[in-house]
Amino acid sequence: MAYEVNGVTVETDEEGYIEDLSKWSKELAEIMAKEDDCELSEEHWEIINFLREYYEEFQIAPAVRVLTKQIGKRLGPEKGNSKYLYELFPYGPAKQACRYAGLPKPTGCV
Amino acid sequence: MSKKEFDIPAVPKDSEALFTPEPKPDATASVRSYPASAQHQEALGFPGEIPDDWQDRALAHFETLLERSRSLRVYLDSCVRCGACTDKCHYYLGTGDPKNMPVARQDLMRDVYRRHFTPAGRNFPGLVRGRELTREVMDEWFTYFHQCSQCRRCSVYCPYGIDTAEISMAAREILDVAGFGQKYVNEILGKVHKIGNNLGLPGPALEDTLEGLEEDLRDETGLDVKIPLDVEGADILLVTPSADFFAEPHVDGLMGYAKVFHQAGLSWTLSSHAAEAGNFGMFIGNYEQMKKVAERIREAALKLKVKRIVVGECGHAWRVAYSFWNTLAGIGHGADENDEYARALQNQLDPNYPVPQHICELTYDLMQRGVLKFDPTANDHIGLTFHDSCNVARASRMGDKPGGQMEIPRALLRASVRNFHDMADSTIGDATFCCGGGGGLLTDELMEIRVKGALPRVNALRETMEEHGVTHMAAICAICKAQFTKVLPYYDLPMDTIVSLHQMVGNALRLDRGEI
Repeated sequence: MAYEVNGVTVETDEEGYIEDLSKWSKELAEIMAKEDDCELSEEHWEIINFLREYYEEFQIAPAVRVLTKQIGKRLGPEKGNSKYLYELFPYGPAKQACRYAGLPKPTGCV
Repeated sequence: MSKKEFDIPAVPKDSEALFTPEPKPDATASVRSYPASAQHQEALGFPGEIPDDWQDRALAHFETLLERSRSLRVYLDSCVRCGACTDKCHYYLGTGDPKNMPVARQDLMRDVYRRHFTPAGRNFPGLVRGRELTREVMDEWFTYFHQCSQCRRCSVYCPYGIDTAEISMAAREILDVAGFGQKYVNEILGKVHKIGNNLGLPGPALEDTLEGLEEDLRDETGLDVKIPLDVEGADILLVTPSADFFAEPHVDGLMGYAKVFHQAGLSWTLSSHAAEAGNFGMFIGNYEQMKKVAERIREAALKLKVKRIVVGECGHAWRVAYSFWNTLAGIGHGADENDEYARALQNQLDPNYPVPQHICELTYDLMQRGVLKFDPTANDHIGLTFHDSCNVARASRMGDKPGGQMEIPRALLRASVRNFHDMADSTIGDATFCCGGGGGLLTDELMEIRVKGALPRVNALRETMEEHGVTHMAAICAICKAQFTKVLPYYDLPMDTIVSLHQMVGNALRLDRGEI
């Protein structure tokens, strides 16, 4: 699979995760979201941006608990829970939010 | 995102109907794992592409396995086609695909064995039920040996004790050697070698995550409950699945272990070098991989100079630890006398404790000695049942009595929760139904088989929910927990129905906070 974004071909694996993380762009995230009938709002971007920041520092996506805690701190305690995350990303934060953010999928018994 | 749709099986009203599904030939023939990439294959020493001589390689390795493992040949020779196994596999009950009957799954390998490795098959292939190892057969192996979770329920009912898991492991190893690897397992094995755990969680990320959890523990208990990492000279090394650092409800289990260690005043540590109990080498039946993964734990134990090794809530890890660590890595008795590291470790570990010890054994022992006290009213909002994980129930033991692996977890849960009820007898203990995601099948492209394979367990769970007010189900395996989190919503049950055993223990454990 591959996406065409601004004349650049971005290859993905079988599950739609991009292979070369440096080829990520905001437009790519928007194209991926549109395929899932999802319009990226400011709330979505808050999470996508945090995921990218965390990945930049630690080379892995954050644990769900780390993510919810950060979101709670940044956006208010009523949003610091996985219910809020699943409302925004119904396919799950790992499967959907990480994919839009251009991060590899967490593997293992998760 | 492509979301493949499939019919969710209805949970039968009459549970007898569960055991007589309508046979649907080839129902799951198209549910296939992703193949491993060249990079994943080569990292483990398997061919990156399918080589021209794949058939020779596959048959040569088949022969090696027959020589190496007497049991494999016995399993392939001894089936009398009595049919006792046919309605015992959760994947057959959930899908109706006759190739998911254990005997049919075994026959995929048995027919090739007859054709290539028995005198009659070699000389008169037409006279025996034999099958040439063609590309088509390899594809069929790849599909259906990745629809077996190696849970061994069928072998409990086989009058000859034929172990389908062992056949499935052998088949997967032959597939790997011939270039037909599976992405999920092989990618993860590569991460263990490179980074030290299945998740690919690097040391600094682990440290940061644990600090966050200590903060949560402080908020919850008002106490300085620590989750130590890489502490040289600690008494206990805890080796736990990396999912315990990452996923829900796994993390709650880890916090429960931390409370137990804290309250008992034990000196313990995790290791960033061996931040993984899981050993996926077993799923592909590959001794070298299993050994390499297990040796990381030995290295960590030697470096940190610990006296005890304790294993967290991970089903297949406990099988590997309990049954194989001794010869793989010298943890326990039976190390090769020329293996100086194994010898050193055996001298270092304290023989007064089980080597290795399960976290449930440790907590149970502390409870028996009165070191830990429980207040089960803390869990009064919960009605609980327990899902026996296949590898713990059927391939290991806990404590010093037969059945301890079933009794000890239940004793901990009964002490922690007042409303505890077991599911139907035919679905627990050594008859337990697999969660549907074990043995290397916990990957999204196999969601159909995972959801359908969970049907027998969901059926039994529903029954206890309706009859006994059960609201939650505890497990002691990272795969079971992740699997149920994903598949229960398909059956209209909340994802947080599944909890960690030590989460329940942690809720009920009385911590010294001055007020008690």
